Amino acid sequence: MFKRHYIALALVVVMVLVLFNLPSQTAAKFKLAISGLFFPLFSLAGSASQAAEKVGNAVIPRRDLVRQNEQLRLENEELRLRAAQAEEAFRENERLRQLLGWQKQQLARYKAARVIARDPANWWRTVQIDLGSRDGIRPNMPVRTLEGLVGKVSSVGATRSQVVLLGDPNLRVSAIVQETRETGIIYSGTANPLEHNIVDMGYLLRNSQLKPGHTVVTSGEGGVFPKGIPIGRVVESRSADYGLSTEARIKLFARMNAIEEVWVMFP
Amino acid sequence: MNWIQPILVLLTAFLAVYAQATLEGFRYVTGTQFNLLPALMVYAALSGGTGFVALLAVCGGTWLDSLSANPLGVSVLPLLAAGLVINHYRSLLLRQHRYAQVVLGLASGAAVPLLTVVLLLSLNTHPLLGWGSLWQWLVMTLVCGVATPVFFEAFDRLSRALSYPHLPESSLRANREIKRGRF
Repeated sequence: MFKRHYIALALVVVMVLVLFNLPSQTAAKFKLAISGLFFPLFSLAGSASQAAEKVGNAVIPRRDLVRQNEQLRLENEELRLRAAQAEEAFRENERLRQLLGWQKQQLARYKAARVIARDPANWWRTVQIDLGSRDGIRPNMPVRTLEGLVGKVSSVGATRSQVVLLGDPNLRVSAIVQETRETGIIYSGTANPLEHNIVDMGYLLRNSQLKPGHTVVTSGEGGVFPKGIPIGRVVESRSADYGLSTEARIKLFARMNAIEEVWVMFP
Repeated sequence: MNWIQPILVLLTAFLAVYAQATLEGFRYVTGTQFNLLPALMVYAALSGGTGFVALLAVCGGTWLDSLSANPLGVSVLPLLAAGLVINHYRSLLLRQHRYAQVVLGLASGAAVPLLTVVLLLSLNTHPLLGWGSLWQWLVMTLVCGVATPVFFEAFDRLSRALSYPHLPESSLRANREIKRGRF
């Protein structure tokens, strides 16, 4: 009896040790292959939710649809006007940049993705999205919602990718405070695991001018996140590292515990 | 234990991991995601042998890690440890008693996440931990305590339904029959 215990234990321990010592890329490939077993369930759930949505759409009264259509038409006209203004401003900006000899700016392209699963462990903040290498997704691509930055792509499969979210210990983002132009690093820090929308911003100046309500955006440093993506708003700031620097708590714009659709930014 | 039971338990483990990754309601309300694998492990350890415990630990653990940012295989060892300990002492445990099932579920639900976090820290990874983690640990433990008797009841019923019923013993036994002669 004891012998069987020990044999089972030894076999599994050897297997786990082999898995722990695999190169990170091979381990990621193994993970994607194993998680592929869940693919039929994800597809089934996606189809079921689409069918339910169709049924829901079919029972909406025509009067509501006409009203909604009218509302969207007006909104569309307004957005087209704004887009035309922005286009003009962009061209002017390009001309001025050319006059100054600055590098040309590239407008980012976006692709919408649906969140199909969340990290089953309570100590990580990652999600799986339904876009993969077939859709042109590559590791380190920034991911956002309309409200603000969400995270970046960490690993990519053929049809699915894993996105590491802001607040996860494995993600740090260089950020800048719009009002004071102070730079710092966004990280999970002392964040409470139950507070999904709060992160820390550290490495700020000792005599920082931060005030609650200031807006934090990406600084563009580090080469992963383009400059100017909204991140969140300052809630409070405090002295850190025995008074050598300042740390701030940031409330994220994106509602991290309720994200359903995200946009992946293509460079 | 017939061959249907391990298949049912593994299928349930697969669906439990899927539910853990996709069901948002419980996480939204409690701020914590449940983990049903320790509760399943209690059932497997008290109903099957060492091989089945190892199989559930390997399959359940790798399925969970494949959808998570955990290093692959990190959930296997804690599940295996819990399963082997229960399996080792199973002759002393009152398998049929609800009280024993709840206590074992609570113990397993408390030990598995704790061991996983210890293993993660020893692998030099930095999981998100704080005071809120205590609440998450408590919720995971309680969920396992509640789920264990439910699994026992469901699997025992399924097992009874899918296996041949026991024939009632007849009172007639050929070796005890009194053979009477002519007189």
